[in-house]
Amino acid sequence: MTRTLWVLAVLFSHWRRHPMQFATLAIGLVSAVALWSGVQALNQQARASYDRAAAAFGGVRTATLVSTNGGTFPQQLFVALRRAGWPVSPVLEGRIQVDGRSFRLLGIDPVTLPTEAGDRPPIGGELQGFVLPPGQTRLAPETMAELGASEGASLEASNDMKLPPLRLAAQLAPGVMVVDIGVAQRLLKMPNQVSRLLVGKSKGPRASLDKVVGDRLRLVKPTAETDLERLTDSFHLNLTAFGLLSFFVGLFIVNSAIGLAFEQRLPILRTLRACGVSSRQLNTVLLLELVFFALIAGLVGMAVGYLIAAALLPDVAASLRGLYGAQIPGQLSLSPQWWLAGLLISVLGALLAATASLLKAGRLSVLASAQPQAWRQEQRRWVMLQGIAALAVFATAFGFLWFGDSLLAGFAVLAAILLGAALALPLLLELVLAAGEYQARGALAAWFWADSRQQLSGLSLALMALLLALSVNVGVGTMVESFSRTFVNWLDARLAADIYINAADDAQAKAITAWLRERRDVIAILPGGRAETQFAGAPLEIFGLPDNATYRDRWPLLQSADDAWTRLQKGEAAFASEQLARRSRLSLGDVIEVPTPHGGWTIRIVGIYADYGNPKAQIAVNFDALAGHFPDIPRTRIGLRANQAAVPRLMSDLREKFGLDDHSLIDQATLKAESKRIFNRTFSVTAALNAFTLAVAGIALLTSLLTLGNSRLPQLAPLWAIGITRRKLAAIELLKTMSVALLTALLALPLGLLVAWCLIAIVNVKAFGWQLPFHVFPLQLAELLAVAMVASLVAAAIPVLRLARLQPTALIKVFADER
Amino acid sequence: MSASSLISRRTFAGGALLMTLAGKAARAQGFAGLGMAGRGFAPVVPGRQLVFPADHGPHPDFRIEWWYVTANLADATGSAYGAQWTLFRQAMAPGPQAEGWANQQIWMGHAAVTRADTHRFSETFARGGVGQAGAQASPFDAWIDSWQMRGGAGMNSDTLSPLQLNAAGSDFAYTLQLQADHPLVLQGDAGYSVKSEQGQASYYYSQPYFRARGRITIDDTPVEVTGLAWMDREWSSQPLASNQTGWDWLSLHFDSGDKLMLFRLRATDNHPFISGKWFSPDGRERRLGPFEIAMTPKVFTEIAGRRIPTTWDIAIAPLSLAISCTSVNPECWMATRFAYWEGPIRFSGSHQGVGYLEMTGY
Repeated sequence: MTRTLWVLAVLFSHWRRHPMQFATLAIGLVSAVALWSGVQALNQQARASYDRAAAAFGGVRTATLVSTNGGTFPQQLFVALRRAGWPVSPVLEGRIQVDGRSFRLLGIDPVTLPTEAGDRPPIGGELQGFVLPPGQTRLAPETMAELGASEGASLEASNDMKLPPLRLAAQLAPGVMVVDIGVAQRLLKMPNQVSRLLVGKSKGPRASLDKVVGDRLRLVKPTAETDLERLTDSFHLNLTAFGLLSFFVGLFIVNSAIGLAFEQRLPILRTLRACGVSSRQLNTVLLLELVFFALIAGLVGMAVGYLIAAALLPDVAASLRGLYGAQIPGQLSLSPQWWLAGLLISVLGALLAATASLLKAGRLSVLASAQPQAWRQEQRRWVMLQGIAALAVFATAFGFLWFGDSLLAGFAVLAAILLGAALALPLLLELVLAAGEYQARGALAAWFWADSRQQLSGLSLALMALLLALSVNVGVGTMVESFSRTFVNWLDARLAADIYINAADDAQAKAITAWLRERRDVIAILPGGRAETQFAGAPLEIFGLPDNATYRDRWPLLQSADDAWTRLQKGEAAFASEQLARRSRLSLGDVIEVPTPHGGWTIRIVGIYADYGNPKAQIAVNFDALAGHFPDIPRTRIGLRANQAAVPRLMSDLREKFGLDDHSLIDQATLKAESKRIFNRTFSVTAALNAFTLAVAGIALLTSLLTLGNSRLPQLAPLWAIGITRRKLAAIELLKTMSVALLTALLALPLGLLVAWCLIAIVNVKAFGWQLPFHVFPLQLAELLAVAMVASLVAAAIPVLRLARLQPTALIKVFADER
Repeated sequence: MSASSLISRRTFAGGALLMTLAGKAARAQGFAGLGMAGRGFAPVVPGRQLVFPADHGPHPDFRIEWWYVTANLADATGSAYGAQWTLFRQAMAPGPQAEGWANQQIWMGHAAVTRADTHRFSETFARGGVGQAGAQASPFDAWIDSWQMRGGAGMNSDTLSPLQLNAAGSDFAYTLQLQADHPLVLQGDAGYSVKSEQGQASYYYSQPYFRARGRITIDDTPVEVTGLAWMDREWSSQPLASNQTGWDWLSLHFDSGDKLMLFRLRATDNHPFISGKWFSPDGRERRLGPFEIAMTPKVFTEIAGRRIPTTWDIAIAPLSLAISCTSVNPECWMATRFAYWEGPIRFSGSHQGVGYLEMTGY
């Protein structure tokens, strides 16, 4: 034991003498763990809240019975099913506006609620309080905070109905209010109506469904993952991919730091062996040392990861809300598993990065002479091997591209391309530098190329990191920019009306319409509405388009049949959203049937339109046809075309006359700005992670150069001795570093475009269901190139400055005690 | 005798109904949670004449109420079976009955079948006002979910006969037809059943003369059965005392055709309240006071971590009765949200016969 401690002390002495190297190791480990665990924390937080949302009696985890025609149904069916032995429990769901904000209102019956459908969360000890007047409105702390209310407060909904006193329920999803089903029926003005029935698991004799309710209800089987999970998978995969990327970039740093430390400690190790320390003991101590570092760095990394996650959470939450309507609480809560996983990944990562060095130490012969350069020389062979590996990985990428048909396959293609490129990088640089050496005229130039090649193996890992970070930056930047342009153009065309009104109810909508008809500054009144139904077993939104030239002229269609708008007007045709068309493989001319309260509605697809940002499948039909098939849909949405000059006046008149607030009255410009704001937030997380990875790559380069700095003195000393000044030497060093960095960055550009193509053509289509036009933005590329060069310059500056100021004695010493 | 130890037989279950749903408050407010004040509900007073068929239906002004059937049955080979069918009603608040979901009634159903080697049970809950559960006097019907007890064609409201009864759980089901030629019997003093020395009481009548015939299905294997059944109807508004720990209740069918109901309320001060009533098919009846009845637990069975007396010695001097009661299956544990023991028994000694035993609070 004492011996182990002594050996450990000897090994530690190395780090004391090389604090910079130690810092490198620590930074590598910390940054690897930090981003990874930060991303994991975000994902974990999001998943937990999906579970909360799913558990909120929405029952994707529970089998449900829903109306065949997509609407609500009389609660008498609930009673009939109970009396036929079905363990069902009614839920009425709707939206309610409080303080101008919209909330999801869930009415439940706590007495019949199956235990597996949410564990009767809102009830606890107070069935009477919940069920009997005045009842309770259960909501999450986040929702309470959003309302600025406190427990016991009685709020008024926009329809003048009073909500039962508020009550906190921590396990509820944000944005949800849970009341008794009787209260919900009153608040939503849907007496005796039910949205769905949760089917409990208890078994017993029961009559067949169609015998009890005919074909009025349909059984929806529970799915393993929630809708939100399915929808947001891609988003989390995206985050995870970034986390993984920076984890590996961090490991690159760790690998180079440990490799160098091993090389420099070879004499110590040999001496220890000669002193009688067994190979096994030495290895154990080396391993111990590594695990110790990994644990410490892991803890620090976790702390940093927590900070990163906390900083990103608001944006992640906003993205998920904007994209999928998923509600994520703004407070990070982390499980013990998260901490454990973080430390584990730190140790595993460190071991992975140190495998080669540890194996070599294990085989270290007592009498072997110290060959510090052997490690590097062997790298030469590695370059070839890596080249071959790169080819294999590229082949794999191609295989995934050719045969794969899933989001995961898309990411696999991406990963394989990136890995292959990273592996191929040293070989490519080697070829370029060899060509340069061949072309070189003059001794100094020849040395410049040759030494660059020699230096390459030491720098290759850092350069790989740079290549990866840069190409991912290029790829994601191009994708985001492509999306941004497409989105803005689409938004311009899609927001056809000048003013959007959402009336409180049909009566108000009628009054507003009547009032608007009298106004001369109104060009057109465009009624709108939507209905919910199902298609191919999934929810389908039907969107009503008013028959108006505004829409015919401006509404964007990706594909359309002849006379699409004319056929739409007749009511037997529809446009399908791109997501729906891809998911259900619909194309122009296909005929679909959707259930309505009055039976099936057969519609022919005559157009396909982009519907960015909408997770739901949607079709657009003529509004009058929609109202004919779904007579009960609310007709509260009204669009207005008006003279531009008259818009502010019209708005203020509407606000005054009908008491409309900012949530029920909005003009085109504000709506557009709002949409763009949501859009920008969506990608601000990506941008932040991008910046992080680039920074990590910069650190990798810096630390590699720093560690190389010392060991390169033997190469530089002869040059200094033959009369090249330190300044000039420094300049040459800088030039060398910058040129390999530039080469890497230039290689990163086409690679980045390839990544962007993968994202746009494969990942986006699978993840979101839409394809974007692929644009290249040269200015953006130039900007990134410049950033990369500046980062390299900064990374190279410190060692170069050190070299320029190096004491001549240090250089002379090289000749005195050649290693 | 504890001043406040008052309980009507199975009152616990009515209390359990609300309290099991309400959960945490249960044990804090007296046994099974009936320590809550009955204020605002209709009082139980002596001298009220029970009227049929009206009193077969619900009494929503009272806080608790139940329709309770137990049956001692046997198949063609003579193997004994037991069946239990219970519907509880509890009002969460007094006052006029609110419509729809706002209705303040909560309903609970318990059903069980017992054989010497197995005991199966199920429970279910419902709210009043929407039709999932309820009861009506005429035509007689009491139901929760698919479980139902209803009057057959030409039901006589004085005998409550004939009745049809069914219930099912995940691993059992039964349907029974009940028939009786003798009129209902009134427990206590003309249906006013005193539960304590303070005069707290319930309205309580029974039909102990049912002959039963039907089918019990256990694990998808149906068996035709015949036997005897006993129905209890009871309603009250009164709470339990906080020192009440549980009770032991028996209904006995003598081979002679006589019937006997006994209960013993246990209290923390070791002063049980014991009461009973004996009925003969020729119309004679006798109320039994606390000093005339001796109930002695004999054999205990360990179930669910509790020690439960599944064999009893009973002696009633005025009836020259000294019997030993043994359970058909000692494992008749109702592991419902409010757990208790209930199952068929047989007895021998000075008299022979079958019956049902219910024990709570162990």
